[in-house]
Amino acid sequence: MGYVKGLKCRECARPYPHKPLHVCEFCFGPLEVDYDYPAIGRAVDHRSIESGPPNIWRYRALLPVEGEPVVGRYCGFTPLVRARNLGKALGLTQLYVKNDTVNHPTLSFKDRVVAVAVIKALEFGFPAVACASTGNLANSVAAHAAEGGLTSFVFIPSDLEQGKVVGTSIYAPNVVAVDGTYDEVNRLCSEVADKYGWAFVNINIRPYYAEGSKTFGYEIAEQLGWRAPEHIIVPAAGGSLITKVWKGLKEFYNLGLLPAVPTRMHVAQAAGCGPIVNSIKAGSEIIRPVKQPRTIAKSLAIGNPADGYYAFKVVKDSGGSGEHATDEEIVEAMRLLAVTEGIFAETAGGVTVAAAKKLVQQGVIGRDEVTVISVTGNGLKTQEAVASALRIPTHIKPTLTSFDAALSQNLTVAGGSGVRRDA
Amino acid sequence: MSVLVRIPTPLRTMTKGQGELKTEAATIQELIDRLDQDYTGIKARLCEDDGNIRRFINVYVNEEDIRFLQGQATPLKAGDEVSIVPAIAGGSSDGRRVRAIACGR
Repeated sequence: MGYVKGLKCRECARPYPHKPLHVCEFCFGPLEVDYDYPAIGRAVDHRSIESGPPNIWRYRALLPVEGEPVVGRYCGFTPLVRARNLGKALGLTQLYVKNDTVNHPTLSFKDRVVAVAVIKALEFGFPAVACASTGNLANSVAAHAAEGGLTSFVFIPSDLEQGKVVGTSIYAPNVVAVDGTYDEVNRLCSEVADKYGWAFVNINIRPYYAEGSKTFGYEIAEQLGWRAPEHIIVPAAGGSLITKVWKGLKEFYNLGLLPAVPTRMHVAQAAGCGPIVNSIKAGSEIIRPVKQPRTIAKSLAIGNPADGYYAFKVVKDSGGSGEHATDEEIVEAMRLLAVTEGIFAETAGGVTVAAAKKLVQQGVIGRDEVTVISVTGNGLKTQEAVASALRIPTHIKPTLTSFDAALSQNLTVAGGSGVRRDA
Repeated sequence: MSVLVRIPTPLRTMTKGQGELKTEAATIQELIDRLDQDYTGIKARLCEDDGNIRRFINVYVNEEDIRFLQGQATPLKAGDEVSIVPAIAGGSSDGRRVRAIACGR
């Protein structure tokens, strides 16, 4: 049923079998899924995709799964919001927000990768799935493991936001809070993966897992009416998403599903943890790890990004750029997105909006160019980041007089007093 | 100048199972050439055809990544410890904490 030929080293192109492998044993490069593209080309066209289900499985021919999806069946096909108000605020006429704050089931783009990863874990017969996570991945692995009836182990840094911890624990996984940075958690997990033989979705299942991210790009192109935008701004932690969005667009082009890919890919990172953006700005392909990430965008706080080099390369190849956002800019941008479009993004969404704003100001993004801002997670998970910056509720007594007084003093009403005249 | 070299698990088949070696070398480049004399073929695993160290091999001298020192020209002195670490392979059968595994959430 599937079109997977096997795995292939991204560096030296040595072929590997369709197995839970992730590193080339010869040159230590990362492995990637290799497909039978001519066969996919014969099986897929606009119509076949459009007649598929309203989720990521409409692109199943381009995903590395064998049979019917057994978990994550409703993931993806999230709204591509025509963001007129935010566009006005930023000075763009053709702005869209790819809104994964409402992805199913755990409200972040991670559901795309985990759906694929957990299906592969089941296909390969692993007894347990696991992950090292900055939060969103933890939520998603725990949820999909529950759905698939698998035991799960979730390793998180101990300073995570409460919303992400609760949003993981509810699915009753084994949650291990590690005293250390995400990079230290990940390092530990590499050793645990070796010792216990579990399916670590972002370690030994990574080649398959990462393919799920392509659907973010597929959806953007399809939802724009089968065309690629001129700009996509993507947040980066490990750097995988941007490389896979780019790969997805190129695959569509090579399959004849897109007339061209004029897209410039831009990376957004936090100022307190921006190893990829630092490299882009310095023009050096060597990614210098950030030892102590300091940012409220904890989901992006990866100091030593696995796909940093490839993310750098995508930016270079596509003529894109990179921008940072400080904590203040992140909060301001989260509020801007909320008040203009009614979308409550997590901190990473604030990072992409803030970066987009800078790119417009620098003239990198032109006023009338089709631009997509990636919003990859939900603000309800990171409430601590903005709570203190928001206006507190106006407290009143349960009387009209009390409300009238409050209205004249504290509350804002657009277009006048708000008193109805037609009563 | 005797330096200590730590060999990652996947390359120990080439070093007769040894995880740590002592060798004489004045630079990283010399060290690689020296290793290849003693363990034929190890250089091909560590370096591209053009002689540059492969992208996903990290080499540390006393915990500092040589990319941020002088690369393959980085000088060595007696007692230095050189670690060869696959960037994403991870794992360590000798219980020693592996450092600098690249990450993806």
